[in-house]
This record gives sequence, C-alpha cells and structure tokens, in this order.
Amino acid sequence: MSQEPNTTPAPKRGVPLWAQILVWIGLLGLLGLLAAGLLKAKNPILSIGSSVPDFTLTLFSGYEYNGASEVKLSDLSDKVVVINFWASWCQPCRTEAADLETAWRSYEETGQVVFLGVDYVDTEPEAREYMTEFNLSYPNGPDMGTRISQIFNRNLGVPETYVVDQQGVLRFIQIGPFQSVAEIQAIIDPLLVGR
Amino acid sequence: MKTKNIFLLIFFFQLFAATLIPSIAVSAQQPTPSDDEVNAIARQLYCPVCENTPLDVCPTTACHQWRELIRQMLAEGKSEAEIKQYFVDYYGARVLSEPPRTGINWLVYVVPPVAFLAGVTLLFRAFTTWKRLTKEPITGADHSSSSGSGPEPAEGSGTAVDDEYVARLEEELKKRN
Repeated sequence: MSQEPNTTPAPKRGVPLWAQILVWIGLLGLLGLLAAGLLKAKNPILSIGSSVPDFTLTLFSGYEYNGASEVKLSDLSDKVVVINFWASWCQPCRTEAADLETAWRSYEETGQVVFLGVDYVDTEPEAREYMTEFNLSYPNGPDMGTRISQIFNRNLGVPETYVVDQQGVLRFIQIGPFQSVAEIQAIIDPLLVGR
Repeated sequence: MKTKNIFLLIFFFQLFAATLIPSIAVSAQQPTPSDDEVNAIARQLYCPVCENTPLDVCPTTACHQWRELIRQMLAEGKSEAEIKQYFVDYYGARVLSEPPRTGINWLVYVVPPVAFLAGVTLLFRAFTTWKRLTKEPITGADHSSSSGSGPEPAEGSGTAVDDEYVARLEEELKKRN
C-alpha cells in the first residue's frame, strides 16, 4: 500500500490555554463542593463520647429557666442534661411524654439534672396543645431553623433523646420513645453517682 | 311630651345600633382562605420531615398542620412573603423550594446556564471542525470545484479520486496474487 495521504493538516484551532485552565479550575471547584456536601451528609450523627457543641434553645413563651427565656447548653455545666426531641404530630412521642415529665419532677429538686424539650418541625398552636395536654413543666422551645437537631442528627426522627453529662459529653442516645420512668432514671442515675 | 322624647331617643338609638351591628359582624368575620390560596404558598415549601414532597401534596399530619398554619396566617392578613419568611425563620431555608439567592446558593442559578452555554459553544466548534475536515480531503486533491457532500457527486468531483484510488488498489492486489 503506497497510497500517500493527500490531505493537508488542518490548522490547529484549540481552546486557548487560559480558557482550559479556567474550565478545569471551575470543574474541580464544583467537584470539591460536591464532595464536601456528600461528606457532610455522610458524617455520622454525634456519637457517644463526643463533646456536644454549644447551642441555645429559645423557650416557648410561658416557659423559663432560671428566670431567662432561653437556655444555653454551656450554662448547664455540672448538670446532667436530657435533651428530648419531640413534635405534636408524632404519635410515639405521646407514649413517653408523661414519663419524661414524671422523671423531670423526680430530679427537679436536686438541681443536678435539667430536661430540655426541643420541639422539632412543629407548629406552635399544636405544640402548645401538646404541652398543655401532658402538663410539661420542664423548659421547652422550638428548634428554630432546625439548628439544634442538625447538631445531633441530620436525619432526625422523633422522638429522640440525648443525655449529656456534667462535662458536656454525650453519654446516651435513645432513638424512639422511653417505655417507663424507671428506664429514664436507669440512664440518669449512674451519671449522678459520687455527686 | 317628655316620654315622647324618650321614645324617640330610644328609636334613634335602635336605628343607629341596627346600622352598626352588620359592620361589626363583617369586621369580626375574616374570610377563610381557600385551599387554592393556601396551596399557592404551600407548593413553594417543603417540610423537612417529608423531603422531596411539596407541602401542597404532602399527606402527613405535620404537613397538614403547616397548611393550616398558612391558612391561619393568610386569614390574619399576612402576605406571601411574610409567611415564607416565617417558615424560613422557624424551620430554616431548606424548606423553600427555590434556594434563596445568597452566598453559595448562587451556584444553583449560575452554573446550569453557564454549563449549557459552554456545551452549545463546544458543540458548535466541534461541528464546524468536522465540517471543515470532511471538505478538506477533496480540496486537497486539486478538485476544488467539488461540493462533495451530496449523494450524487457532481462531475469532476471526488469520484475521480476514488476511481484512481480503486484502480491502484486493484493493481496492487493483482501484483500480490
């Protein structure tokens, strides 16, 4: 085969180098953002033994803690903090609401334990009806902007309860409702030993 | 005479009261917003519990409560923007069907059209390059008069090149055999 190609090479008219660099930087940037988003979503829930980041719970009107209308976790050092996520539309929450209130009242006098009710993705009129129905007296407030629930669990379901010790370390996670007052006390009491 | 005046006074008072009562009733009774009015706002919102389901069609109790809240706020005379802002303040910006045009969210609005334009440009350049490449072999063989693109080539077009090439190919094959 001695056929010679009789075509003349086409002049090179590629994309300018600066444009190529720009496109690659943009593409890598987007991939980086995507990776960061996926890592964030994959990031596990706050695990037992880790320090709980500080947050502030603004309480429903009518509720207060130490005369203030909001509670800051970092102000509750030296206390065991029981953080309960609930919602008025959540049926399982109803099974534990009375037990939580009873448990709270059993510790209220000691001043060593604080219960915080965090109302998750709820509407205030129904939330108020719920709190009245179960006569909840411990501090309760809405999870404004779902900021608190995102600290604990990005895929939060309700009810969920997190127990934080006196050093601000997460010691227990309860997914689903408690079945009895004794069950709640069995988690809190060991954290109060020696106090 | 005095009693007559008193009766007249009572009559006018009743008349005045009768004209006043309907206006009070009207002002006390706010019109209940219709489902369409509620859903017009609800379809722009997503409940975080039921991700990927617009609020207007979401069947859960939580979403029902949200819709009722929208209805209540509309009845109170709140505007669409005020209601949406309330939901953003209460539940976070992720409840909006369209991300707010701030910060990194701008990427959502900027990247797709830029990527589309870049794609169109790339395709245009590719097509023009391919078109040029299909033309160039013919012009390169001194058959510049050819259009060379139709099913029936014009006279003096690439057919001559093909014939010459085929002839040489056959000759080569004969030599080998």
